Amino acid sequence: MTSTAVRPVRIIVAKVGLDGHDRGVKVVARALRDAGYEVIYTGLRQTPEMVVDAALQEDAQVIGLSIHSGAHMTLFPAVVQELKRRKATDIVVFGGGIIPDDDIAALKKQGVEKLFTPGTPLQEIVDWLKQRFPAEKS
Amino acid sequence: MGRSPVKVRARDSKQAWQEDFESSPARDDGIETSTISGIPLKPLYTSGDLPKRPEELPGQYPYTRGIHTSGYRGRLWTMRQFSGFATAEETNRRYKYLLANGQTGLSVAFDMPTLMGQDSDAPTSRGEIGHCGVAIDSLADMETLFDGIPLGDITTSMTINSPAAILLCMYIAVAEEQGVPASTLGGTLQNDILKEFIAQKEFIFPPAPSMRLVVDSIEYCAKEVPKWNTISISGYHIREAGSTAAQELAFTLADGMAYVDACVERGMRIDDFAPRLSFFFDAHIDFFEEIAKFRAARRIWARWMRERYGAQDERSWKLRFHTQTAGVSLTAQQPELNIARTAIEALAAVLGGTQSLHTNAMDEVLALPTDKSARIALRTQQLLAYESGVANTIDPLGGSYFIEALTDEMEKQAESYFKRIEELGGVIPAIEASFFQKEIADAAFQYQRELESKQRIMIGVNDFTVDEEVPIEILRIDPRLEAEQVARVREVRRKRDQARCSKALSELRKAAAGSDNLMPYILESVRAYATEGEIMNTLIEVFGIYTERAVV
Repeated sequence: MTSTAVRPVRIIVAKVGLDGHDRGVKVVARALRDAGYEVIYTGLRQTPEMVVDAALQEDAQVIGLSIHSGAHMTLFPAVVQELKRRKATDIVVFGGGIIPDDDIAALKKQGVEKLFTPGTPLQEIVDWLKQRFPAEKS
Repeated sequence: MGRSPVKVRARDSKQAWQEDFESSPARDDGIETSTISGIPLKPLYTSGDLPKRPEELPGQYPYTRGIHTSGYRGRLWTMRQFSGFATAEETNRRYKYLLANGQTGLSVAFDMPTLMGQDSDAPTSRGEIGHCGVAIDSLADMETLFDGIPLGDITTSMTINSPAAILLCMYIAVAEEQGVPASTLGGTLQNDILKEFIAQKEFIFPPAPSMRLVVDSIEYCAKEVPKWNTISISGYHIREAGSTAAQELAFTLADGMAYVDACVERGMRIDDFAPRLSFFFDAHIDFFEEIAKFRAARRIWARWMRERYGAQDERSWKLRFHTQTAGVSLTAQQPELNIARTAIEALAAVLGGTQSLHTNAMDEVLALPTDKSARIALRTQQLLAYESGVANTIDPLGGSYFIEALTDEMEKQAESYFKRIEELGGVIPAIEASFFQKEIADAAFQYQRELESKQRIMIGVNDFTVDEEVPIEILRIDPRLEAEQVARVREVRRKRDQARCSKALSELRKAAAGSDNLMPYILESVRAYATEGEIMNTLIEVFGIYTERAVV
């Protein structure tokens, strides 16, 4: 890190929905932190409103959502909608979990920029963020 | 004594092997040779690795070789496929299908709102109804779930924790309606709240009132539902959250002892409840390590129950367990390979002496299983039982240099964890200090790192990948069922005897504030068609809710 470094990208990582399967989200959070991002993990059972609140309070550029209960088609778009309502659509939303291919296409149409499914190498997530925020990372 | 003539002694054969081994070429693929949990392994085990101890036999203390004298010669394991989705009506159809195909016990998967104790019309149930299990809001749904299935003839396992007492009461109430007395009911309630705080995180109340509910149900069942396994102390979720095999073993048994302590503190005699404690382990992909884990679990439990807790009844010493193959080992890539993975894991469970087994379906990493994938999973068990011949000999790996040494190693690692947990003041203080959570997260991260560096291989994920994925058919939940289920619970609330229901809930509230066993109050609320959410909310008013400190 240099003294002229731009502020690192700040990421809210959240578990939405009712399930408590947090192995994936924690592994991803650590990997992003190790890659130099500022990571804030919200913990479990966040509603879309809570996630967006946290993102605004923390001035985050990115929201990463994790879900394993099958409710992604309801909850992921609800986060995007909430960002629209709060006029914060500059915040990038990505997600991960057990998400069938057809749903990925539908979610992308609804404003979830990127989805990662089981077996994704951590580096792939880091690479995607680096490419998405090229100038801002020192 | 004269000098014996100088002889060139032949090389000791073990030493010779060692020297030859060291000079032979080794693979240089960089792949770990330790177990998946990181236990270093020797390339060869010999008689020198065999622990010195009196011969162990099946059906005899400490039961390392199995709790039954006759192993699977007496009786095969129960093939118990965990299943549930959508509505009670659809799941009821799946149960009848599985029973018709030779399944020998039922195992209910509930959806997330049911697991979290909330009704289908609660705002946070949106999008979750019927997705990862069946939606049960009240006794009415439970009646539909078991319609036409005589509860006196089958055993049922119910995977539910925070609201476990409520679902058990619903089961008892359905049985009553079928004319089956509670005293004859057989089955298992997961009811293991400690591993929820540790790993699966489906907690609702704080630890103390949560433990009270567990002990209430154990105490009640000891008298009223004596054939029921009141708790299934689970390592499965601990393992799936990323723990090592030794952590799964140690944390699960430590939880078991915490329940024993709590029941003893309540004033129960150990031999009145310990025979109905049961366990639930994961069968992961590292074949021998898993077998060693199961064997070590039996030995440790027997010793602790007899020596530390002074149990007299042999049934209290015997660790009985259900096994599920490892969901976490399955891949979304080339999913048909999951059939092979599951077969290997199921074989480990059988060689480890499991009492019942769930084999995962190949598509469970993508969605709930279809009829076809569910049948293949069940057939995999039947293949082991009837074609492979592995059930013919009891503990066929007993005496293996490697297995016996590894069993001892698992035991040693578990004992060292027990010491650390004790130093932290026991299981609940250790939970509050995030000890387990941190250990598990560290292990999960370590494993992921090893995958990324290809020290560990997952076929189809970090090696032997293919570009074209063959799409497989997956089960989808009709989005219309959400509205239907919401309508159903509202109708139950409209139609019931309101006065009886309110009275039952208000008495439950009073009892919760006191120290009575809550089971009779919950049973009456259930019979009065109070919904699961209403009963839970009544208890939350008294007990409060628990929030976890999030550790990464």
